[in-house]
Formats: sequence, C-alpha cells, structure tokens
Amino acid sequence: MLRYTFHILLILAGGLITWMAYEEMIGLYTLSVLMFMGVNIIMSTSLNLVNGYMGEFSCGHAGFMCVGAYVSSILGVLLFAKDKVFGAPLLDPSLAIYAFPFIVLAGGVAAALAGLLVAIPSYKTRGDYLAIITIAANYIIISVIENLGVIGGSRGFMGMKRVINAMEDVAYLPWMPIWVFLFTVFSVWLLRRYLSSTFGKGVSAICQDEVAAEIMSVNTNKIKTISFMVSSGVAGIAGGLFAYVIGYVNPGSFNILKSTEALVMVYLGGMGSLSGSILSAVLFTLLLEALRPLQIIKWVVIPLLLIILMQFRPEGIMGNKELGDMFPWLKRFYKFK
Amino acid sequence: MLASILQNVINALQWGSFYALIALGYTLVYGVLTLINFAHGDIFMVGAYIAFFVASFALTTLGLPGWAALALTIPATMVLTSLVGVTLERIAYRPLRRKGAHRLYVVITALMAGLILENGNLAILGASRKAFPPLIHETVYTIGGVSFTNLKIAVIISAFLVFAFLHWVVTRTRVGMAMRAISYDKFAVPLMGIPMDNIIVVTFVLGSAFAGLAGILFAMSYPVLEPYMGALIGWKAFIAAVVGGIGDIRGAFIGGFLLGAVEIMVVAFFPSTFRDLIGFTVLLVILTFKPTGLFGVAKTTKI
Repeated sequence: MLRYTFHILLILAGGLITWMAYEEMIGLYTLSVLMFMGVNIIMSTSLNLVNGYMGEFSCGHAGFMCVGAYVSSILGVLLFAKDKVFGAPLLDPSLAIYAFPFIVLAGGVAAALAGLLVAIPSYKTRGDYLAIITIAANYIIISVIENLGVIGGSRGFMGMKRVINAMEDVAYLPWMPIWVFLFTVFSVWLLRRYLSSTFGKGVSAICQDEVAAEIMSVNTNKIKTISFMVSSGVAGIAGGLFAYVIGYVNPGSFNILKSTEALVMVYLGGMGSLSGSILSAVLFTLLLEALRPLQIIKWVVIPLLLIILMQFRPEGIMGNKELGDMFPWLKRFYKFK
Repeated sequence: MLASILQNVINALQWGSFYALIALGYTLVYGVLTLINFAHGDIFMVGAYIAFFVASFALTTLGLPGWAALALTIPATMVLTSLVGVTLERIAYRPLRRKGAHRLYVVITALMAGLILENGNLAILGASRKAFPPLIHETVYTIGGVSFTNLKIAVIISAFLVFAFLHWVVTRTRVGMAMRAISYDKFAVPLMGIPMDNIIVVTFVLGSAFAGLAGILFAMSYPVLEPYMGALIGWKAFIAAVVGGIGDIRGAFIGGFLLGAVEIMVVAFFPSTFRDLIGFTVLLVILTFKPTGLFGVAKTTKI
C-alpha cells in the first residue's frame, strides 16, 4: 500500500483540483495559472529529453508547440464548432467530449512529424550547427503559418472556446483543468517510460559519446530520430492544450522567446532530471505570476535571478539526479523505477 | 533588367553588411571561447542607443555640425560599446569559466544577459521609439538606372574594411596568433605563458566595438531605434556565422552577405512575408549537406 502512495496522492490531487474548480472554490485566475503550470511541465520535460538526456542543444522547441497548437485547434474547430471560415461543424458537437483527447494527440503526431525537420539533419550535423537548425526550424514553422491566410496568418486563429462549450453542454465539468492534468501526467509518464526503456539507454549513450555509442552497435540515427520525434510530439501536446486554455493562437506567441522560456526551465531544473524539470516548471510559472506587478522589470529580474543561479549552482536545482536519488526515503512511496 | 539586378545586388550588399559586421563578433568570440555569445545582438542594439545619445549630445548640447558629430560618435560609440561587452565578460562569463562550468551554462547566461539588456533598456527608456538624428546629408546617385546613396556605399565599404582589419589581426598579429592558439588548444596555452584572460578581453573588445559600429550604421540607415531591434538581427547574424562555418572570419563575412543576398532576392521575387521562410529553408538545406558550414573544417572525433 505504501508503495502506491504516490499514485494515490496524484489521483487525489487531480480530483481535488477538479472538485474545487467545479465548486468554483478557486478563481479562474488561479485555475489558469495551474493550467499553464501543466503546459510548462510538459514543455520542460519534453525539452529535457533532447537537451538534457541526449545532450543536444535544441533552441526551437516552441516551433513544435506551434504545430501542435494549430493542428489541434483547427481540427477541433473544423469538426465540432461553427466557424466563419470552415462553416458548420462536420460532426455532432456533442461528440467533442470523446474526441478531444484524440484531437490533442493528433496535434502531437503532427508536431512529431515536424520534428523530422530537425531529426533528419541531425544525422550529420552536430553541436552548435544543430542548434542553428532548430532555430531555423522554429522560424520556418512560424513563417509557414504566417503565410497561410486560410487559418488567419499572423492575425491568429480562434474559436476553440466553442469546442469547450460544446463539451460543457454535454456534461458540465471543468474540462480544461481535467484534460491538462491528465495530459501532463500522460506526458511525464510517457517520457519516463521512454527514458527507462532500451531507447533511453541509447539516448544516454549518445549523450556520453556518439561515436563510441555507434561502435557499441547503438543505432544512433534511429534513436535520434525517435527521440526528436517523441520530444517534439509531446511539445505538440503542450501546444494543443495551450491553444485550448487560451482560446486563441497566433504564430507570434511561439517565437524564439517562448523557446527560451522552455530552455530556461530545463537548465533551471537540471539537465537530465525529469523531476527537476517538473519542479522548475512549477517554480518558473509561480515566479512569473509573483513578479507580474513589476511589469516589464519582471523580465530583468528573472534573467538576473537565473544568472545568479548559474554562478552559484550551475547544474540547476537537481543536477542530473531525480528527486528519489536525492532523498532516498522518498523511494518508499512509489513503485516505478 | 540588368539595372534591376545591379540594384538588388547593391541592396543585398548593404543588408548583408550589417549581418556580416555582427556575425564577425559572434565568430570571434566563438573561435576563442567556443561560446555562443547570444547577447551579441543586444550589444548591437546597445551600440545603436549609445550612438543615439552621443549624436544627440553632440548635435544639440555641443552644437557641432553633422560631420563633426559623426566623427565624435563613431569612436565614442565603439569605445562605450566595447566597455559593455567587456563588462558582460567580466561579471557574467569569467566567473563561470573559472569554475569550469559546462559551456551550455555559459550559453544560458549569455541568453539571459541579452534579455536583461533588452528589457532593462525597455524599462529605463520606455517603449517609445527613438528617431536617430540625421548626421550626414544623404545624397542619391543614379548611374544607368541604378540608384544608391552615399550611406549605402559607406556601409558596404566599412564592412569590407572591418573584415580586412579583423583578418589582419587574426592572421598577422601576436594577439591574433594567441587567439588561434587558444581555439586550437585551451589547456596548453596558459602553459606557454600567454595571458588567456587578456586575450579574451581583447576578443570581446574587438567584437563589441564592431557591433557598436554596426549599430551606428544601422541607426543611420534605418533611423528608428527600439529595444528589440537587436534580437532578430542578432539571431540571423548568428545563423549567418554558422552557415559560413563558425569560428572562421571569412566564413562569417561570406555567410553574412549570403544571408543578405538570399533575403533581398526573396523580397524581390516573392511577397515579403516569405523572407524568413525561404531564407531559413536555404540555410537548413546548406547545413544538411555541409554540416560544418561553408568554411568549417570537420573535426575528427576521437574516443
């Protein structure tokens, strides 16, 4: 029983948030901060797979988020909402409640395919040159969307609120907090499983020494392709959730600054530590909200804090350890490895 | 037809000059420290702002004529901007280097320093754009349907002069020899009695001073200043440096002009919103087939 404490706590936390949101005990503001926290957790853990565990330097993660956001919001609006561009919904809006997870996953799949944009050049290109390719990929994705007039171009795309309304018509529940919670747990579970699989061992081998890994019969190209696709696919899930939480997407909000935020969260938490990434995403979101009254000075204070952190604890909060490695007594409370 | 091609070539040369000037700074620092100094684009922005203040001071408070103000602005801006660069190196990068931190942490510090420069500027000076005062009279010459201004020519010539100067410094002087030595073997260099920190400071002085120069020229050509002007041009100049083969002076120079040419040609034939799309796709293709850039030498990896 003790070994399942973590699972029980997780279920209780999810239930508590849902219940409090349903009874409107927590305000919309707190709720949206919680939801952004979930999106940020997905972003930082997925980027940690590439930047932390695999040792590459990807700084265009927001581009994949953008693909996921657009694909899932267009699918949702096309299928379940009346829209000026797409006309009447293709399916019965009451089905939205069942199809929503698949819509978000479809965004993830599309983002994973966009990840090939980086994965294929990464066979030959390494280090800082690969960093450039990721930046270029980010710009290319944003630029493509800006030039697609059908979906609003640089003006953005909206109508996702209607999909959520369609879900609430069927059953009145706080759907977005529920989905964000479930997908956050799912993404972290997926990444955890991936990293502890044989592929995960290959990923660490590539991080240590790519040439040596190849000699030891690790199929580096295959592992790099799959890792980039998993990482960008999960980022696409984050993008889909982000789009539905805000109810509006425009390509400008997925620029290099957004990628920088994700980078900051990874290095704040520590390269190669999933729990560190989760912790740093929570802290970073809270910090952003706590410093909101400072307005623009916020963006001076946060980088300054990070520079100071880099000076005194450059490996981030957790280094490359998990929470269970730092506090071994915690291992009593969960079962997975 | 020929006239329009020549016109585009001149525009491309001018636009590429800015990229080349900034890319040279990136590549100098990278060559010596293998550090991507992401704050470099913002140093360029700071340079433009310093030029604005010096020029306004010279024009209004001192009441100098335009040419004298320009003659004062250029050296003053270059010195002040290089001070900014060196300060950054002293307070942010050097302590990390002393501790032997992983180079990615230094890169993150550089990114953050860039954000501080951008947003600190925004917080101090406000979001209103600044109009750069005209320092020289812009004359338009037209030869056979190709029109160019004296400013454009000045920009192109200064980019070439800066390239020649830096190439001379790196290949012919003792400091340049030390720089190449550091990039060749970081551990043997201090043993040979070369003051590594001093050489690194010189590198930052050179890079930042020419970013400042690029700031002046940019502000004179496009006289609207805003705090985020350095961000995009900085990223693009970095890309130019990498496409040329980062760490190589010639590479940065050629890469800058290549990026400028691609962007101008795209704008000439397609709607201008396609500029980033096609420009970056070309770069992606180049890097896929030439993984270490145009002038980069593939390093043999040993186990």
